[in-house]
Amino acid sequence: MLKDITLGQYFPVDSVIHKLDPRFKIIDTLIFIVMLFSGNYIWNLLAGTIFVILVQGLSKIPFRMSVKSIQPIFPVLVFTAILNLAFIDTGETLWSWKFLKITEGGLQTSIFMICRIILLITGSSLLTYTTSPILLTDAIESLLSPLKKIKFPVHEMAMMMSIALRFIPTLIEETDKIMAAQKARGAMLDNGKLLDRVKAMIPILIPLFVSAFRRAEELATAMECRCYQGGEGRTRLRQLQATGKDYCSLTICLLFLIIVILLNCIYN
Amino acid sequence: MENNINNIMIRAEHLWFRYPSDTEISGNATENNWILKDISLKIQKGSFTAILGHNGSGKSTLAKHMNAILIPEKGDLFVAGMNTREEKNLFTIRQKAGMVFQNPDNQIVASIVEEDVAFAPENLGVPPAEIRRRVDDALKAVRMYEYRHHAPSQLSGGQKQRVAIAGVIAMQPDCIILDEPTAMLDPQGRQEVMETILKLNREQGITIILITHYMEEAALAERVVVIDNGEMILDNTPAKVFSQMERMKALGLDVPQVTELAWELNRAGFQISPEILTEPECIAALEKLL
Repeated sequence: MLKDITLGQYFPVDSVIHKLDPRFKIIDTLIFIVMLFSGNYIWNLLAGTIFVILVQGLSKIPFRMSVKSIQPIFPVLVFTAILNLAFIDTGETLWSWKFLKITEGGLQTSIFMICRIILLITGSSLLTYTTSPILLTDAIESLLSPLKKIKFPVHEMAMMMSIALRFIPTLIEETDKIMAAQKARGAMLDNGKLLDRVKAMIPILIPLFVSAFRRAEELATAMECRCYQGGEGRTRLRQLQATGKDYCSLTICLLFLIIVILLNCIYN
Repeated sequence: MENNINNIMIRAEHLWFRYPSDTEISGNATENNWILKDISLKIQKGSFTAILGHNGSGKSTLAKHMNAILIPEKGDLFVAGMNTREEKNLFTIRQKAGMVFQNPDNQIVASIVEEDVAFAPENLGVPPAEIRRRVDDALKAVRMYEYRHHAPSQLSGGQKQRVAIAGVIAMQPDCIILDEPTAMLDPQGRQEVMETILKLNREQGITIILITHYMEEAALAERVVVIDNGEMILDNTPAKVFSQMERMKALGLDVPQVTELAWELNRAGFQISPEILTEPECIAALEKLL
């Protein structure tokens, strides 16, 4: 049951986008987000849509995957739309009933907001769909490395992230075993009131925590045995290497941003 | 030759050890607190030594001294001539004497096999091209090269333990200490791991120190050291150790089944040597007898 959880959202297929340097992909995504929010006009949404469709096509990620990424935020979308409709009262009144009224301004803002959130989620999901969690961790470590100068523990953070990723399947397997063991002792995990079910989690969580601490201690010893001494003087097997394609992707993203800003200036 | 300093991988001299907290709890340092008592031991380079003992005998504690995780309270331990007490030797000792633990899940650091094998050379600051070469060599040595892009969670216990061994080999150690590496494996995985260990010892001349409580595994070694209650009791070839059936039973240790069979036959008056360790040896001896 628990084994079905996918690790991150990585969808491994062979595509141009998959092969890009993860550092560039993160920067590209950031530029995309800036572009989306650089103005409140139709151009932002238009350019955002073109960008998402373009990347979606190049990445060979099935369309249904992107649709799936929006599903969990659906309640947020509805909530934002209602709030915007109800509280913005600029422009002509389109419809009113007692104290409620929907205005042109409200309708426009809520549609813009929904489109923008959808584009934001689908666009940034493409980053996690096309980049494995390990590469993402490497890229974050590399991008944040200037922060080492102000004593920010970049290497330690990346190491923690990669160990966490490594242990997710192990701990899930362990949870399955503990659940089976507690069920065999008569634990009722799947029925009863909500409060009862929450209480029933305690005999699962406590052994899980105890074993996680034991694992952590053994892992620390094993790491010491393999000469781990922090990030200082460490080399890496896998080197991130920027190629022409990476600079190309960066240029395209910057072009999108500049064009959108220019269009916003000219036509408004 | 025997005492040539260059041929000694590990040398323990009157090593005594107890965990510091034990003395604090009991308040007085009685003799019972000692986990290791006056251990003196020399292990030759390129040899294969098994350390036997039942649970709590101190055999794992001794192993942890061999790569400076624990430091003796009294006495000294030298790895390739370096005293484990000296801080500056720490990483050289750990690189020379690699250690493999019981639970493969808790010693694999990375989420891809080849990344994990690369962990130790990365820590040692080896250049990337050299790391690549070492990782490939190490994975081939344990016959896990085809699995280099797999996640550890996709592997069986025996495969994971072989990856852990590859992770140690990638440091290019002179000696590997294995602390009950097969205790959590099924018979298939156990056999895979034992074959790997023997191959490393014979083909690459790596010194092997195997801590175990499986007698069949100890029988494969050149030398067996038996530890009981923190003391070294027996130190001899497997044949000589296991033929002391009554002594072993008294220590709560088993002997390989074939050895026991031969011993029983010998005691019943048959002309068969009790120093038999493997099934083929036993079959040959029985055929001769019949």
